[in-house]
Amino acid sequence: MTRAVPLALAIVCGALAIWDLAGKPPSAPAQAPPSAGGRVAVNGLVDSGRTLFQQTCSSCHGLDGRGRQGRGPSLIGAGAQAADFYLSTGRMPLADPSDAPVRTKPQFTHAQIRALTAYVATLGGPPIPRVDAAAGSIALGQESFAEHCAGCHQILGRGGIVVGGIAPPLQQATSTQVAEAVRIGPYLMPRFTRAQIGQHELNSLARYVGFTKSPDDLGGWSIGNIGPIPEGMVGWFLGLASLLVVAVLIGERVRR
Amino acid sequence: MRSLGRMLGFVLAAILGWRRSAQRHAEELEGIPPGGRDVDPRRRHVPADPRAELLVALLLLLTGACGVAVVVLLIVEVANGTQWLGLAFGLGFGALAAALIVAGKRVVPQELAVEERPKFTDPEAVNETVEMVREGGEGISRRGLLAGAAGVAAVGIGGALIAPAASLGPNVANRIDDTPWRRGTRVVDARGRAILAADVVQGTFVTGYAEGASVRDVGSPIVLVRLDPSVLRLPAGRPLAEWAPQGLLAYSKICTHAACAISLYRYPSFRATQPRPALVCPCHYSTFDPARGAKVIFGPAGRSLPQLPLAIDAATGELRANGGFSGSIGPAWLDVDRGGQ
Amino acid sequence: MIGRARRANAATPAAKAPSGAPGAPRANAATPAAPPAPPPLRPGAPPGDGRVPRAGDATVGWLDERVGAGRLARAAMRYVFPEHWSFLLGEIALYAFVVLIATGTYLALFFESSTAETTYVGPYAPLQGQTVSVAYNSVLRLSIDNPVGLLMRQTHHWAALVFVAAIVVHLLRIFFTGAFRKPRDINWMIGVTIVTLAVLEGFAGYSMPDDLLSGMGLAIAYGVAMSIPILGANLAFLIWGGELPGANDFVSRLFIAHVFVIPALLALLIVAHLAIIVRHHHAQFREPGNREDNVVGAPLWPAYALRSLGLLCAVAGVLLLLGGLVQINPVWQWGPYNPAIGTNGAQPDWYLGWLIGALRMMPALEIHFWGHTWVPNPFFGGALFPLVVFAVLYAIPSLDRRLRRDHRAHHLLDRPRDVPRRTALGASFFSAVALVFVAGSADRILITFGMGYTTQIWIARVAFFVIPAIVYLVTVRICRELRRLG
Repeated sequence: MTRAVPLALAIVCGALAIWDLAGKPPSAPAQAPPSAGGRVAVNGLVDSGRTLFQQTCSSCHGLDGRGRQGRGPSLIGAGAQAADFYLSTGRMPLADPSDAPVRTKPQFTHAQIRALTAYVATLGGPPIPRVDAAAGSIALGQESFAEHCAGCHQILGRGGIVVGGIAPPLQQATSTQVAEAVRIGPYLMPRFTRAQIGQHELNSLARYVGFTKSPDDLGGWSIGNIGPIPEGMVGWFLGLASLLVVAVLIGERVRR
Repeated sequence: MRSLGRMLGFVLAAILGWRRSAQRHAEELEGIPPGGRDVDPRRRHVPADPRAELLVALLLLLTGACGVAVVVLLIVEVANGTQWLGLAFGLGFGALAAALIVAGKRVVPQELAVEERPKFTDPEAVNETVEMVREGGEGISRRGLLAGAAGVAAVGIGGALIAPAASLGPNVANRIDDTPWRRGTRVVDARGRAILAADVVQGTFVTGYAEGASVRDVGSPIVLVRLDPSVLRLPAGRPLAEWAPQGLLAYSKICTHAACAISLYRYPSFRATQPRPALVCPCHYSTFDPARGAKVIFGPAGRSLPQLPLAIDAATGELRANGGFSGSIGPAWLDVDRGGQ
Repeated sequence: MIGRARRANAATPAAKAPSGAPGAPRANAATPAAPPAPPPLRPGAPPGDGRVPRAGDATVGWLDERVGAGRLARAAMRYVFPEHWSFLLGEIALYAFVVLIATGTYLALFFESSTAETTYVGPYAPLQGQTVSVAYNSVLRLSIDNPVGLLMRQTHHWAALVFVAAIVVHLLRIFFTGAFRKPRDINWMIGVTIVTLAVLEGFAGYSMPDDLLSGMGLAIAYGVAMSIPILGANLAFLIWGGELPGANDFVSRLFIAHVFVIPALLALLIVAHLAIIVRHHHAQFREPGNREDNVVGAPLWPAYALRSLGLLCAVAGVLLLLGGLVQINPVWQWGPYNPAIGTNGAQPDWYLGWLIGALRMMPALEIHFWGHTWVPNPFFGGALFPLVVFAVLYAIPSLDRRLRRDHRAHHLLDRPRDVPRRTALGASFFSAVALVFVAGSADRILITFGMGYTTQIWIARVAFFVIPAIVYLVTVRICRELRRLG
């Protein structure tokens, strides 16, 4: 029971962190309800989004978002969830359409992302998914992650290899981005429908992913949480190496 | 530029120093006969170093203190207990190690001694032994008979000793090919809910199980994906209507290479610039093409994943097996059913 | 009490043994005939004034009267160890084994070897309420609820990694200095058997907790066992008690293998290894005064005994520090195993990294004709490759005898540069094995630099044939250059 206190602390911290993250999705305003007063503002947002889209996205996705042969997919039906995901994780825009989209610093400001997302939303498609990590069950999240996600992302979300690409580590992902990725299946990832991963399970997944950012490393230095490769390196280069130093000290000769 | 010059200087000095020490070593070795130069290397030196003794005493005290710390840490519960305990334990042994090593090198007499190496070869003893062995068989006339009988005894009792091992496991027979899938078996998810054909849309990756099968039954788990029927090129003898209704495909989830779970589905969101759909095993990255009967397109697996024919229940829309797998599931063995490959 | 005659000689340089008569018995403590003389504790001290404390006197006397320990102890205390750090590599392995036995005994008191299902109700939130095996549950409780359990388990695991690493470095030292030659060839064979068993032992331990990684490792082992030509499937069924993931008693089998059968064999072999070393006495480098028929170095008592005990404590200290401060195999984070799930980049402990490398590098070749699959694919990487490596290791003494046409016994060691072809062949062989190691684990690192996985595998496949050749040529060259220098 000695570990009850740190464990409880860690759980509380984790829960707080998740609650904090869940509390501020990066682009929640994109779903602003189209009330009578807000409609003008939304229209203004869409217009600026369209302009920005035509300047920065149309070389691959086409002027009207219908995509261009061999360069970029049509965005009809992609919806706000895809636009927000790709833009807020810095995966779009790509310098070269044949590059793999990887997480980088977003290249647009918050306001620009909101505008672009609002514009892409007008092309039809699902809104940004709602997710409430704090409402999820961390145990269900673990189970679901093991079944659906660990094959590519590694059981603690440290990322992994897919032949022909990589599955990114998830430590930077917000709950909303996790939910978006689950529903979209960005780049080489499959997507998961509501029938397969319902709202509670999605909340739970988000909660588990939040937990993996700082899992309970009861054993000390986590060396990356990816298992035997770093362990082997520590065994050789820290363990055996320090013992070799001792051996050299002991084996130093008596002067002849 | 100057730093470069200084670096060169260092390197040069290092090489020269190395050469010189190598030369010295060569001189030392020079003129030593194959057995070594016969000098007497014995030395004895009594350090008489009170400061070293003090150091050893201090280190021993530190060891004792660390030992006490371990006990205290076990009584008083602290946060990060494993770390503190490891530190106390490790430092305790470390200090004891240091004390012993310092004592071994600076406190007790240092001696270089010579010991004769025992001689091994003694032809006389060998001959006598051989002779004694021979004498043990004196007066025996039916050598061949006895040797043969002894051989029979050895084989018999040896076999009898090994035979119980056979009870460790059943014969393979058709145990691997006897999976829980029959025509009409419902496909369910990990929680036992039926999977509907409509749930498996293009781009999703669903793990299904045979209804009622144990979670430990490797014959049960399958991967379900849906592809456009127009891109499917299934092997001959697998008509789409019976094996892939509406482009729905089911393959065994157990890799045909080394039995890991096929838990990666690579599905491109834009075909033009991205690799085609593939099922991948996370252990050795065997890569299978679901559109072509899960044929191996990369990695070490020696045969395709066995396919499970599917049917869609017209009334409920539930997925059911339309028969058994197209071949043996899991890793290959002598009598593996390769599914017509 | 000990080596009086010799001590008296060494203390006064004038009294050195006559070096002109090497065949004549030296005044040596190891010679039982050496007449006991009163020991001068320090110059001027009266003889027999209690050099050995009275309690010790009594103990030695008591033992001598009952088991005749006096002569044995005298010989043992004068046993000579050559002074070179590389002679301590095996000792590091030995002491890691001691730590393994000590920590392992503790762990065995808590492990429950059953795959029966239970529900986890401990404090680790992500697993609460999940169905897990009794074995996994017991490891979780040991690691999370027991105040010293995690320290013991982590120390045990680190000790296993360091144990095998130390053996490998020891083996390399023995190989490159020619210490495997007659009469030590028998000990080389025992040593190679020890490595084999150590790897098996480690794998059994890694597999017992029934977490996600151990389950995947066992699946691969099952695939490799199945792949053994003709007999494979029945062999796998005998070991697992049925189809993967095995009968309910499979974890008990792993447990008995891990805590009794293999450790007992290891202990026996280690004892034989040491007994033979004592019989041979240590080999030694060519140095002034060192001959084929003598051993020059520090006697066991007192300096060497203290230093060696110091090394034991250092090994224990380093392993306990690692065990307390660096997390290893956090099974609670991996979660439970079932055959339908997997995690990306699952890896075995380092000493099996070469097998995963070989399994991954092997192209999709399977030999089948006449309706049977004669050689399934995992056999090549998972069984044939290690078999070839171990066969070469076992054959090294006889290969060396034949290639060098040298059947004599040797007690003086070679410097690697003095036997360039052996050194180069060895370096070439070990570089091929090392390359497969790297191929099994570098994927994760290389891919972050943008090198595609398929490219890596193709590079590894080509390098497997090219690198050893280059290493051979370069090593021969380096040896020649070094020899020219001295």
